[in-house]
Amino acid sequence: MFIRLEPRGQRSAPWSYASPVLALALSLVTAAIIFAALGKDPLQSLYTFFISPLTSATGRPELFVKAAPLVLIAVGLSLGFRANVWNIGAEGQYTIGAILGGGVGLALYGDGNPLTFPAMMIGGAVGGMAWAAIPAFLRTRFNANEILTSLMLTYVAQLLLIYLVAGPWRDPQGYGFPQSRLFDESGTSPNLIAGTRLHFGVLAAFVVVGLGWILLARSLIGFQLKVVGQAPRAARYAGFSESRLVWFSMLLGGGLAGLAGLFEVAGPVGQLTPQISPGYGFTAIIVAFLGRLHPLGVLLAGLLLALSYLGGEKAQIELGMPNAVTGIFQGILLFYLLACDVLILYRVKIRRRFGSVSAGATS
Amino acid sequence: MTEETGAPSAPPPAARAEAPLLQLAGIVKSFPGCLANDRVDLSIRRGEIHALLGENGAGKSTLVKIIYGVLRPDAGEIRWQGKPIQIANPAFARKLGIGMVFQHFSLFEALTVAENIALGINDPAQRKDLRQRIAAVSESYGLPLDADRAVHDLSVGERQRIEIVRCLLQDPQLLIMDEPTSVLTPQEVERLFGTLRRLSQEGRAILYISHKLEEIRALCERATIMRLGRVVAECDPRRESARRLAELMIGTELKAPSHRKSTDSGMAPRLAVRNLSLRSDQQFGTDLKEVNLSVAGGEILGIGGVAGNGQTELMAALSGETVVDRPDAIQIDGKPVGRLGPGPRRTSGATFVPEERNGHGAVRDMTLAENAFLSAYRRLGFVRNGLISAGDAGRFAGKVIHSFDVRTTGPLAEARSLSGGNLQKFIVGREILQAPGVLVVSQPTWGVDAGAAASIHQALLDLADAGTAVLIISQDLDEIFSICDRIAVIYQGRLSQARPVGAATPEEIGLLMGGAQPEATSEPSHVHQA
Repeated sequence: MFIRLEPRGQRSAPWSYASPVLALALSLVTAAIIFAALGKDPLQSLYTFFISPLTSATGRPELFVKAAPLVLIAVGLSLGFRANVWNIGAEGQYTIGAILGGGVGLALYGDGNPLTFPAMMIGGAVGGMAWAAIPAFLRTRFNANEILTSLMLTYVAQLLLIYLVAGPWRDPQGYGFPQSRLFDESGTSPNLIAGTRLHFGVLAAFVVVGLGWILLARSLIGFQLKVVGQAPRAARYAGFSESRLVWFSMLLGGGLAGLAGLFEVAGPVGQLTPQISPGYGFTAIIVAFLGRLHPLGVLLAGLLLALSYLGGEKAQIELGMPNAVTGIFQGILLFYLLACDVLILYRVKIRRRFGSVSAGATS
Repeated sequence: MTEETGAPSAPPPAARAEAPLLQLAGIVKSFPGCLANDRVDLSIRRGEIHALLGENGAGKSTLVKIIYGVLRPDAGEIRWQGKPIQIANPAFARKLGIGMVFQHFSLFEALTVAENIALGINDPAQRKDLRQRIAAVSESYGLPLDADRAVHDLSVGERQRIEIVRCLLQDPQLLIMDEPTSVLTPQEVERLFGTLRRLSQEGRAILYISHKLEEIRALCERATIMRLGRVVAECDPRRESARRLAELMIGTELKAPSHRKSTDSGMAPRLAVRNLSLRSDQQFGTDLKEVNLSVAGGEILGIGGVAGNGQTELMAALSGETVVDRPDAIQIDGKPVGRLGPGPRRTSGATFVPEERNGHGAVRDMTLAENAFLSAYRRLGFVRNGLISAGDAGRFAGKVIHSFDVRTTGPLAEARSLSGGNLQKFIVGREILQAPGVLVVSQPTWGVDAGAAASIHQALLDLADAGTAVLIISQDLDEIFSICDRIAVIYQGRLSQARPVGAATPEEIGLLMGGAQPEATSEPSHVHQA
């Protein structure tokens, strides 16, 4: 039996929606096999991983807390990806946003000023934009590949964070732990619903999904992003400036990532520590592609991958599995998604013998 | 109008008695919603040059793809040298001895000419001494090629030469040529015809697809004419008038472009280029040198020339995709626009039709409404408060579709669903309906069938009548002679003096296109009419 891929000649619209669903199904099957190989009951493990986090009243809000940074970052990234601007360094922009926004909070510590939190949000966005501006400048000025530059800057950002919390910004009453002091009340995100950790960033994520949708579907800049991604020559012909769009994409993606970082430290984390992100900036890349680079899809994909964080914690506590299980599931999902996306451009043909077509010949 | 062009080549007498080289009987091929080939019969004898005529959408491409093994027929029989066969794929077709030069090239941009040709050759042994064989074939068939140049720097015309040479290297029994002459000078066309006649005398058959009826009458001894998927006529094109062939092809009577009253040359130029020199940003591009031209309102200026002589660079400089240092090097209605990009040039009154439809003039995966928006939103105000007015863009697209008889399902159809001719009509219509003061068009009818070409030509003439200055960059001399008022020729980045078309012969222009200096001729000019 021979399996052959044959080009469709055009993108298949049904498959571009079916592909993430198929990838998820295959990931669940593979996860079950891995659980079984680890000597656990696969069905019960799947239940623990994917269902049980949603059964408790405290778990459901937590899903949105985890999804908020993913969605905020991924909406920005997906708009850039549509224009072939490959910002892979959102994790670094997130970190610098947390540093600058958090730095504002530390500087205004104890003032009780009601403008402290808004000032921190501005600091977060500006920090992310500034970090993204470096690859944008290198790309537009020297044609340097933004994939490499933005990724490398991520590690610079993380080292900078460690230096600050271990050195100048270390909490004087922190028994020497590498972490800043806790932000004061005016420097902490207000809670949307008492008794939950639903912070201001969750609301912001929903607003950004709505704005991103309008930007993509109705605005001139959204149209320009789509054209430059699909047909760069047509974009030049229409008079769209490619470097302007690179700047726009990078600053938007960086700003939203920085904002996400600030919401995280001013909300659930409450201080600057070296562990402010379980890889949100990288996971957001999966979210963007799983969500088909569309804000609404990003929202759904963000919730799914947020679930994988919660499920990973549950699996650690209840099944005694290693922390890596979250990363493994995310990796499997990305792997299957990339594989299934082949079906958008190709159809599968199966032949019994070489030379004769027996199934799936036409579609 | 009798025209005798060389002695028609008679196939060797023995060939007449044999079975045809290729015979198709009752070929049927349908696609969802469209019967592309409906019981098509076609037979090609050894050594004959056989024309396949038809509008875009008539089913020629489908038929040719079946012969070349790209598509499989739903029904019908193919016989090769009398034996029934199934052509499973292009590699098998090549092994049989069928070669094809496609209208759309399949070349790797990043590779050199020699590397591209090597990729098309299945037998590794043949790749040895390839460079010498490329040189030999390109020399003897008059297709100059530099084997070491990278394809991405080559013009459309040069790319086509690669395809032709690649095919000839395979020593085919049947050579299929899809619109091969659209990018050659008259002299080069003559040389190519010489080549084709020689190939036919060697006993090779040629299936020649073209919309240039005069060419078919000069070259081919049999013609099969298709319309709406069926064969509607088979004839000896040498005995039919071009007009008759065109009418068979489109099924209605053809209107010759209505000529206009002579233009008032005293008017101020609406488009002026003054001493434009520009270094090409491509490694192997052509620098523009001291280009001067002016086009008055109501006038059509044609720029002829062989592909790769600076047309691409000139078009980019005019449209603003390349900006120039001196603002006054390019003026639209007296306004210096040299340093402005495409957007401000459009608002200054100019619109543009680039040479390439796919990915340059239009985005394939976007709807016609979005493609209408692409170049028209500035002049027609489709953006309010930063938001797109999709309704206005859709209505404008509908107007273009209606006015230019674009065959499509409507403004929401994606550009890639249109045939080449229909998409070209849409793009030209989109630029014309913006009522520009200046229209610059590159290759308005490249790869477009006769019916669509005639309507595009008429639209350009009407636009000029309405007072627009029209500049046409074209490699099709027939086109320039039939609709332009004046003609200039671009050669190695220099533009010749423009002269009235009535005072120039195709032969003279052909010499200019080859770089020869014009000589004074006392011969009365003859205007070439298609």
